[in-house]
Amino acid sequence: MIEGKIWVEHLNLYYGRKHALIDINLKMKEHLITALIGPSGCGKSTFLKCLNRMNDLVANTRIEGKILLDGENIYDKRVDTTLLRKKVGMVFQQPNPFPMSIYDNIAYGPRLHGVKNREELNRRVEEALKGAAIYDEVKDHMKKSAFSLSGGQQQRLCIARALAVEPEVLLMDEPTSALDPVSTLKIENLMKRLKKNYTVVVVTHNMQQAARVADDTAFFLAGEVVEFGSADQIFCRPLDKRTEQYITGRFG
Amino acid sequence: MNTGKVKLKKEVNSILCGPRKNNIKESVMEAFFAACAAVTIFVVISMTLYMLINGLPAIRKAGVEEILLRTEWKPTAEEPSYGILNIILTSLIGTLSAIVLGVPIGILTAVFLAECPHKRTAGLVKPAVELLAGIPSVIYGLLGLYLLNPWMYRLERKLFEGSETHRFTGGANLLSAVLVLAIMILPTVINVSETALRAVPSGIREASLGLGASRIQTIFHAVLPAAKSGICTAVVLGVGRAMGEAMAIMMVSGNSVNAPLPFQSVRFLTTALISEMAYAQGTHRQVLFTIGLVLFVFIMMVNILLNYILKKDKESHGYEKEKK
Repeated sequence: MIEGKIWVEHLNLYYGRKHALIDINLKMKEHLITALIGPSGCGKSTFLKCLNRMNDLVANTRIEGKILLDGENIYDKRVDTTLLRKKVGMVFQQPNPFPMSIYDNIAYGPRLHGVKNREELNRRVEEALKGAAIYDEVKDHMKKSAFSLSGGQQQRLCIARALAVEPEVLLMDEPTSALDPVSTLKIENLMKRLKKNYTVVVVTHNMQQAARVADDTAFFLAGEVVEFGSADQIFCRPLDKRTEQYITGRFG
Repeated sequence: MNTGKVKLKKEVNSILCGPRKNNIKESVMEAFFAACAAVTIFVVISMTLYMLINGLPAIRKAGVEEILLRTEWKPTAEEPSYGILNIILTSLIGTLSAIVLGVPIGILTAVFLAECPHKRTAGLVKPAVELLAGIPSVIYGLLGLYLLNPWMYRLERKLFEGSETHRFTGGANLLSAVLVLAIMILPTVINVSETALRAVPSGIREASLGLGASRIQTIFHAVLPAAKSGICTAVVLGVGRAMGEAMAIMMVSGNSVNAPLPFQSVRFLTTALISEMAYAQGTHRQVLFTIGLVLFVFIMMVNILLNYILKKDKESHGYEKEKK
């Protein structure tokens, strides 16, 4: 049974005077990968950050409309962003591990949310590392600095760190753009595995990547969603001329 | 399109030059820079030698124990004793207390400056910190003398009311000196920590917030640990500043040799030098140089510690330098 996990209704976002997101309506389904594609500056990353309210940190931002997560508006005044972000995890473009040991990186989230029991922490760390397909590579040196890992490993570590808080939704902001092809492939395979347990929303510049991993795809252009549909439809039978132009590489 | 033929120009635009035209200029400049750099090395080496040559004879004459491990300081008595242990301890304890007091305030101020979302408030604090750094130490001394000491004296009278053993100091005591020192190290600690905090990549903050941390949790669990080595540097520089300060504490500390207790007049390594150098003669003068040598060694140790921290940081994470 596939249902809408996140419903976006008439979302508008303004940076000062700039109308950065214009009337976005999207439905992201549970256990699917939704890819957001579009040229630089089209608002796809901005939109992604709306989904866990990371935009709250940017000054002069105004948001109208609703984003429903399991039926609750995340822009409701009563929303605790801590609980929201616990439920909606995020992976960033640049691998950004903390300057701590591998173990402490993963345990950071659970510790924040009050997990103190040593065994429980160990279990969470192990599960998260396994979930991010990096456990075998790091299990023997958990005490080592996270910076001793390669870029691709660091990114999987960051995914593991996000998983350790046991989220339901995973937002990924161009997670492979700083990585080499081999690491990229690993992360893509990981994404396909993750969707069994999570709802994944991924921003990507790489259209082949979107075609490879996504179930649904939204094409953003200048702050608007031009077209939204299944990845097959978007990449094989785009309805809008601009979508066709973009995916065939005529601009962007 | 390229035809594949390379035409040789009649006049070749040569990249060769006369045999030494460039080289002379280069090597003269190089020698000049090296000479400038050598001045620093020369000064450091000659200072070290000078301190050793002048500081060691007294130790040889009176013995290490007699000077470093005795508390009796009577350099001008008929049977003089040159124990400087109280002076050393005063400097150590005074510096340590000033650090314990000043560093938390300094670090939290730096956090406020680096992380405060309200630019305007931060804009008020920043110039104040810079002004604090620029005020001459004698002014701190004056303020301590006229504001802190009377207040301290009142406290002293209240605390030691009826005491028969306490020698009243008029408020000129270790505690006053510590307070003045704590304020004096603030600018150093604040500026260096702030730089360290600002060098923490924003990705660290985002990652922490994205995991559901509050702003405060992010600062204490992610940003401060990431700036750890820079903050250690700030503390060490603060120690150096406090250790080397003389004028301000001379004015507020009462300047007599006693065990370093909060409400006693005390004498620091630095203030011992200033107050006695003018009239000291013979062994007394040599012992003063020994005091200088002790101070010199402490400052050296602080510097070595600092270098060690910076080097270790480069080896482990290299965070603040690499990832800007």
